[in-house]
Amino acid sequence: MPTSSPAPRTLLDKIWDSHAVVAESADAPGTLYVDLHLIHEVTSPQAFTELRQRGLPVRCPARVLATLDHSTPTRKPDAQGRHAYATPDAAEQVGTLERNCAEFGIALHGWNSAQRGIVHVIGPELGATQPGMTIVCGDSHTSTHGAFGALAFGIGTTEVGHVLATQCLLQRKPKNFSVQVDGRLRPGVSAKDLALHVIGKIGFNGGTGHAFEFRGSAIEALDMEQRMTLCNMSIEAGARAGLIAPDQITFDYLQGRAMAPKGDAWHASVAQWSMLKSDPGAAFDKHISINAADVGITISYGTHPGMVTGIHNAIPAAADFQEQKALQYMQLHAGQSLLGTKVDVVFIGSCTNSRLSDLRAAAAVFQGRKVAGHVRALIVPGSVPVQLAAEAEGLHHVFQQAGAEWREPGCSMCIAMNGDKAEPGELVVSTSNRNFEGRQGQGARTVLASPAVAAACAIAGCIADPAAYDNDKEQAA
Amino acid sequence: MNPISVVRSRTAVLPFENIDTDRIIPARFLTTTERKGLGRYAFHDWRFDADGGLNADFPLNKPQAQGCEILVAGRNFACGSSREHAPWALLDYGIRAVLSSEIADIFRNNALKNGLLALLISAEEHAFLLKHPGIELAIDLRHCSIELPDGGRFSFQMDGFARTCLLQGVDQMGYLLNQLSAIEAFEQNRSAA
Repeated sequence: MPTSSPAPRTLLDKIWDSHAVVAESADAPGTLYVDLHLIHEVTSPQAFTELRQRGLPVRCPARVLATLDHSTPTRKPDAQGRHAYATPDAAEQVGTLERNCAEFGIALHGWNSAQRGIVHVIGPELGATQPGMTIVCGDSHTSTHGAFGALAFGIGTTEVGHVLATQCLLQRKPKNFSVQVDGRLRPGVSAKDLALHVIGKIGFNGGTGHAFEFRGSAIEALDMEQRMTLCNMSIEAGARAGLIAPDQITFDYLQGRAMAPKGDAWHASVAQWSMLKSDPGAAFDKHISINAADVGITISYGTHPGMVTGIHNAIPAAADFQEQKALQYMQLHAGQSLLGTKVDVVFIGSCTNSRLSDLRAAAAVFQGRKVAGHVRALIVPGSVPVQLAAEAEGLHHVFQQAGAEWREPGCSMCIAMNGDKAEPGELVVSTSNRNFEGRQGQGARTVLASPAVAAACAIAGCIADPAAYDNDKEQAA
Repeated sequence: MNPISVVRSRTAVLPFENIDTDRIIPARFLTTTERKGLGRYAFHDWRFDADGGLNADFPLNKPQAQGCEILVAGRNFACGSSREHAPWALLDYGIRAVLSSEIADIFRNNALKNGLLALLISAEEHAFLLKHPGIELAIDLRHCSIELPDGGRFSFQMDGFARTCLLQGVDQMGYLLNQLSAIEAFEQNRSAA
């Protein structure tokens, strides 16, 4: 008797199925098991309060990893080791996480840890982020970890409490959305440009209710740091998660990392991870196809990450009063080129673009040049390991000699809650992920860009194409 | 959580699209360790000028918007970050329901878990409500309906489980804790595999 072969499944389907403690039904969401729970000081305190009020322990402390990143100052502590918190509340929030982790037995990468950093930088660095896992955090950029073929998404604080107490979440499975990118990115075009391009195509809300799977030859050619940049920005198109099937590039990145499997367990894991890909013929609810060669250097010009354009293009006409309002806030007008627009602040950092390759791309532009006199440039590594690796290569000297500030790791001016912020009206070219009104300081205006573009803008003092600062080309000429 | 079946109020309208959670509560107010008292920060940088004065042009500052518990907001409401401080701030400010044609996933989850009715309505009904601020609505969770002053009715769809939780005041933490034996079995099967 012929046996019917199982229906082809997507990568998302496979991870979902293997973590379903209780299957989803029409009447109730599924109960989804969580392999790795990342926490930080901002979205966890109320969850611990809830546990304490109910007298509940943390069910699996070994599956929780904590760090300090959002409220933390990026200036060095003073001689007495005191940190320059923006407010007493920020200090209290950090102290609260330190006490909660101690009380509930959770590993915290705090001030004295050589691994501390932005939560979405350190998870992969430690090898805690692994293919096939379910990963959650009270932070919408948890989608970053999808670069490893994990199902990773942001949750609220009530859910942080649920996961702490039960290691599970009540969830309905998102729909599958295939983002196919084939061909080769042109020289000088980065994963950030691709991410902004994709959001422009799909729309700021086009992924709502879905998880992206990025596939195709252009995706397979990306290294892990580029993949993280791309998956990081899935939420900016409304998708809570963005996944990329793991491959040899993924395994090479993970091998030997502190929390990655070792010895026989490593080989067994790689064998398992190798099966984590969408089956041929698996059904996607939505699909978009992009030719990598069509992606140019891309920046934002409005007040959400879907308002993007090629750096050499004129700003498109406002489609409606919402876009008019955005242009008014940005003090820009349709038809104008962004090139040459005066820049006040440059921020290079955030969970999107604060890894070593990002800093190298910026340093290549800064090398032997000076930041324009009116520009304040802030460079914030994503973690202590990134900071040390950059310093070992002398990148900090390149930045400092150019006149940029080299800071301590943290979220910094991406979310502007630690005192690092722009002033009203200032134009910030930022490698972060959100250009919302006031996101980087009340009244501040944000242009999202890649690290190379941000560096070029710092040197030029205005929006500029990094091609003008290509050292290799200059030497060849 | 207290059971909720009907929310009756006039509407306040924020016609802007893509109102992000940084607009709902700016990040500099997230250094709290409490859930309570965040209403004063709701839409802070729209409600107040840079010098702290009330911005009279902002729709929620107008006299007719005072006391409104139903907010009708433009498409793609509450996009952006996962901060649960957004629904906490809205509830503390006095908002009990948000109606829009699109609401971002994480916010909607967070809102419903806190008893803030974040409900999706059709584009046509949404357009009507945007054009008619201040009308009295009765949102009835039992029948998934919204009653208008002229007796007309809109309907909304929502996840049955979320609705039951709101109607019965179900404690979702308690619901999950009731599944502990299934969770243990899952963990044991996995480590055996």
